[in-house]
Amino acid sequence: MSFREKQLVINILSTLLISSCYYFYVFYSHDDSMMSTNDLLVFWAETLLILMPVTIAAKIIIHIIFSISNTIATREKIPPMDERDKLIELRSSQIGKYVFGLGFIASMATLVMGMSVNAMFIVIIASGILSEILDNGFQLYYFRKGI
Amino acid sequence: MGSHKISNNIRTLRFHNDEMTQQDLADKVGVTRQTIAAIEKGKYSPTLELAFRIAKVFKTPLDNVFTYDVPE
Repeated sequence: MSFREKQLVINILSTLLISSCYYFYVFYSHDDSMMSTNDLLVFWAETLLILMPVTIAAKIIIHIIFSISNTIATREKIPPMDERDKLIELRSSQIGKYVFGLGFIASMATLVMGMSVNAMFIVIIASGILSEILDNGFQLYYFRKGI
Repeated sequence: MGSHKISNNIRTLRFHNDEMTQQDLADKVGVTRQTIAAIEKGKYSPTLELAFRIAKVFKTPLDNVFTYDVPE
């Protein structure tokens, strides 16, 4: 497994780990049964605004630890991105963006169907996580199977 | 993917150039070893610029390195 492939596996695992830990903490520490729609909007806005820096910081830490341990274990330098890496990243991120776009449309559909604000945000967040995993998963696929 | 019509002689050319390794060639043309391996296996078609750089390393015309197989 090349450095990039290992990095993608770490990315997928860290996305799953960070989001599941964060949402587990958020959902079990807040009771939304008594919240009005306005309060719910504020709650979700806070949840998403906190998630962004938490995710970025956690991913930076995970990648620093991974890069250091990989260099120690394999004595392999971190390879710079070349044209194939960039093409694979571009194609996969396109797929990720389509998935997120569909998720966004689905989240709007939940409101039209009369579901709660919670359902809308859960669909948006789930499509965000899914798009991230698919982006990394397709990169891994293209690295393995060719592009 | 998988149905590339572009084939190449990079493996043979490396062998005839003092058994140059994939890593050596990758360093000379500025890509990763994995990219050279993918090109050799037909899993990736390089850009025109990279194709010319590879041909330049072997001091041979581009069509000695890459051939385009026209489908019947």
